Amino acid sequence: MANGVGTGKVTVPGVVLGGLLAIFVVISTWLFITDRYWFTELSSEHGASLDGVFIAVLIVTGIAFVATQGLLAYFVTRYGANGDEKASYWHDNPKAEMILIGGTALTLTILVFYGQLVWYDIYFTDPPEDSMVVEVTGQQFQWVFRYPGIDGEFGERNISLVSPTNFIGLDRNGAGADDIVALGQMHAVLNQPVTVLLRSTDVIHNFHVPHLRVKQDAVPGLTIENHFVATIAGEYEIACAELCGANHYRMKAALTIDETEAEFDQWMEEQLPFQ
Amino acid sequence: MTTHEEHAHPQLGFVRKYIFSTDHKIIGVQYIITAMSMAVVGGILSMLMRLQLGWPSAPSPTLEGIFPTGFAGGIMAPEFYLSLVTMHGTIMVFFLFTAVLTGGFGNFLIPLQIGARDMAFPFLNALSYWTFLLSCITILGALFVEGGAPLGGWTAYAPLSALPEMGPGQGDGMTLWIVAIALFTASGLMGGLNYVTTLLTMRTKGMSMMRLPLTQWALFITAILGTLAFPVLLAAGILLTFDRIGGTSFFVPAGLYTASGVAVEHSGGHPLLWQHLFWFFGHPEVYIVLLPAMGIASDILSTFARKPIFSYRMMVYSMSAIAFLSFIVWGHHMFLSGMNPILGSLFTVTTLLIAIPSAVKTFNWIGTLWGARIQFTVPMLFAVGFVSTFISGGLSGVFLGTSASDIALHDTYFVVGHFHLVMAVAPLFAAFAGIYFWFPKMFGRMMNMTVGKVHFWISFIGVNCVFFPMHAMGVVGHLRRIYDPTQYLFLEPVYGMNQFISIAAFILGGAQILFIGNFFASIWLGPKAGKNPWNATTLEWTVPSPPGHGNFGPELPVVERWAFDYGLPGAKEDFVMQTEAPSRVESGSG
Repeated sequence: MANGVGTGKVTVPGVVLGGLLAIFVVISTWLFITDRYWFTELSSEHGASLDGVFIAVLIVTGIAFVATQGLLAYFVTRYGANGDEKASYWHDNPKAEMILIGGTALTLTILVFYGQLVWYDIYFTDPPEDSMVVEVTGQQFQWVFRYPGIDGEFGERNISLVSPTNFIGLDRNGAGADDIVALGQMHAVLNQPVTVLLRSTDVIHNFHVPHLRVKQDAVPGLTIENHFVATIAGEYEIACAELCGANHYRMKAALTIDETEAEFDQWMEEQLPFQ
Repeated sequence: MTTHEEHAHPQLGFVRKYIFSTDHKIIGVQYIITAMSMAVVGGILSMLMRLQLGWPSAPSPTLEGIFPTGFAGGIMAPEFYLSLVTMHGTIMVFFLFTAVLTGGFGNFLIPLQIGARDMAFPFLNALSYWTFLLSCITILGALFVEGGAPLGGWTAYAPLSALPEMGPGQGDGMTLWIVAIALFTASGLMGGLNYVTTLLTMRTKGMSMMRLPLTQWALFITAILGTLAFPVLLAAGILLTFDRIGGTSFFVPAGLYTASGVAVEHSGGHPLLWQHLFWFFGHPEVYIVLLPAMGIASDILSTFARKPIFSYRMMVYSMSAIAFLSFIVWGHHMFLSGMNPILGSLFTVTTLLIAIPSAVKTFNWIGTLWGARIQFTVPMLFAVGFVSTFISGGLSGVFLGTSASDIALHDTYFVVGHFHLVMAVAPLFAAFAGIYFWFPKMFGRMMNMTVGKVHFWISFIGVNCVFFPMHAMGVVGHLRRIYDPTQYLFLEPVYGMNQFISIAAFILGGAQILFIGNFFASIWLGPKAGKNPWNATTLEWTVPSPPGHGNFGPELPVVERWAFDYGLPGAKEDFVMQTEAPSRVESGSG
C-alpha cells in the first residue's frame, strides 16, 4: 500500500488494449510504407520536391506516431491496478516538459523551413518566357481549354456570345479569330513548360492532375496562374477536386503529353475544323 | 435570489420539472438526448454514403421505396449523395458534437463541479436549449423540401451556396440550412455567455481557478471561443442570405452564367470572402468540439489511472494557447484557394505552432499513465481510445498544415481520415467516456458495463479500420465528396479498400445500437448507483445520485484542494475528495 513499493500489474484488459494498439501501429506503418498505396506515378518536374516534403513529414510524424502509440500501449499493459496498491504520486516534471516542448518546436521549425522553401519555389518562380500558355475554364461540369493560336494572343470573351457551341463566349473578331478551343481535352509537349491560366464561369472548381502534382482552385472572378513541366509522355486524367454541384464526380478531362512538338501541332490542326 | 434561499425549491409538476425545466441538469440531459437523436440521423446518412462508395450505383429497390426521388430508378442520384455529405457533416459537427459536449456536459457539469446551485441565467439556459431544438427541426426540414437538402457540403462555399440556380438543393434546402445554422449560433451564444458568467462568478468558496477540474477549464475556454466565433458565422450567414434573396453581391463576382448560358445578375463580390469568414469561425469550431473532449478525457484518465493528471498547469496553459492560436490558423483550409501564397506560408507557421500545445497535451496524457494503477472501466477504455485517435488524427494534420504537402492531399480522403479521427472519433470517444462516467449522476443508475465493454472493443477496432486507411486512399489521390470513385482510373488501387471501409463502417454503425439500447434501458433498469461509484474526487460526487434541484444541501461545499489527489501518500484511501481539508500527514498537493 505504501507509495513506491508496488509495481502495478499486467492485466488482461491491459494486454488486450496494448496488444490492439501494437497491431494497429504495425498495420498503419505498413499502409504508409507499402508502394501499393502510394502517389500516382510522378510525371512532372516540380512534383519531386513536393513528394520530398511529404516523405520528410512522414518520417517525423511516423517516429512520433510509433513512439507515442507505443508508449501508450506499453503503459496500459504495464500499469494495471494491483489490489489496493497506490499509483506513484508525481504530477510534474518541468525539465522533461521543456525538453519535449523544445524538441517538438525545433523539429517543427525545420519542417516549416523545408516545406516553405519548396512552396516558394513553386509559387514564386516565374515560368520561363517561352512557356506555352493555356487558358483553362471550369464550368458545371466540364473543362474548356483555350490556346491563343498563331498570334499568341487570347481573344476577348463576352458573356452575350455564350451559346451551346461557344462555352466561354469567345469573340471571333480580333485576336480571338485564331484561338483554339477544345472541350475536355488538353495537350502539351514533353519537357516543355506550360502555364495554365485558371478561370471559372460559375462556381469554384479545382484543376487537378494527380500525376503532375497539380492542384489549384479555379475561382470565379479570378484568373489564377499555375505552371508545370511534364516529364513523361502519355495520357493523364484531369479531375475536378472542389465540390461544384451535382455532377462534380464526372467533371473530368484528359491531358495528353505529346512526345514531340510535331504531334502537338498535328493535334492543334485537327482542332481547327471544329471552330 | 441568494444562494441561501435557493435550495428550498418548491415541488414542480412533471412538465416544469422534466420538459420546460430551468434546472441545468435536466437541460444538460435534454441536450444529450437530442444530440443523440441527431447522431442517429447523421449516422444513417453516413451508412448510405458508405453504401454508394463501396458499391457505386448498385441497384437497390428497397431504398427506392424509402427515398423515391433520391433513389429514382433504384440507383442513388448524385445530388442525393451530395446532400447526404452536406447533412452528415452539418448534423455531426453542430448538432451532435457541439451540442453534446458544450450543451450537454457543459450544462450538466458546470454548476455541479464548481459548487453552484444552477447556472447564472437559468431561463436563458432553457431558452438556449429550446432554440437549439428549433434549429434541429429546421435542419431536418431541409431533407424534405423540394430539391432536397443542399449539396455544397457543410462548408457551403460560395458562389455555389449563394446561387439557387447552381444545383438542386441550393434553393429552399439551402435557405433552411442557413436558418438552422443561425438559430444554432444564437443558441450557442446564449449558452456561451451563461457558461462564462457562471464559471467566473459562481464558484464556491475555495474553488480557485487553478483548482478547477480540467473539464471546467476546457468548458470555460470553449465558451469564450464560441462567444467570439459564432457571431462571425452568423454574420456570414446573414450576408449569404442577402446575396440569395436581397440582390446583394458579397460573395458573387460579375460575369457568371449557368450551364444553360443564363447570365447571373450579380457583380462585385468575392468568393474567397465566404471562405475567410467561414473558416474564421470554422477553425475555432474544431476546438469548440475538441477542447471539452480533452478536458473530459483528462479528468477521466486521471480518475482511473488513480494518479494525478500530469502537469495540470501545462494542461491549462496549452488549452489556452490552442484556443488563442485557433483564431489565426484558418487559412490552412485555403492553401489552394487562390489566396496569396505568402499567406500560405504565414498560416503554415501558425498551424505548426498549434501542434506544440497539442503535443504537450499528448505527452501529459501519456505521462499520467506512467506508473499508474489503471482500472479498465468502460469510461477509461474510451478515454484511452480518445488519446490514441487524437494522436493518429493529430499527426496526420501536420501533412495538411504544411502547405507544400497539402497540395497533393487537399480535398482527398487524407483530409477525411484526418478530421474524422481528430474531431469526430476522438470527441465521440470522450463523449462516450463522459456518458458512461456521469450516467450514474444523471439518472442514479449505472449503465451495463459488459455491454459497454463490447461497445468499446467493436468501436475502437471499427474506427481504426474505417478512418485510418482513408489516409492511404488520400495518398493515392481519392477525392472527397465524390459520388462515384470508379470514374477515375488512377483510383483503381483503392476500389477494394472502399468496400473494406464500408463493411467496417456498417459494423461500427451497428455497434452503436448497443450503446443507445444500454443508455435507455439503464435509465430504468440499471443497478442503483451510490454517491460516488467511481471513487472520484470532484464536487458532483459528494451529493446523491441524481442530485436534487439546487444540487447541494443547505450549505454549499467548501473546496480545500485541487481535483487530482489520487494516490496521495499518507491518505487513507487512494483518492481524497476536493472538500477534504489537508491533514498534516500529507506530503503535498497541488
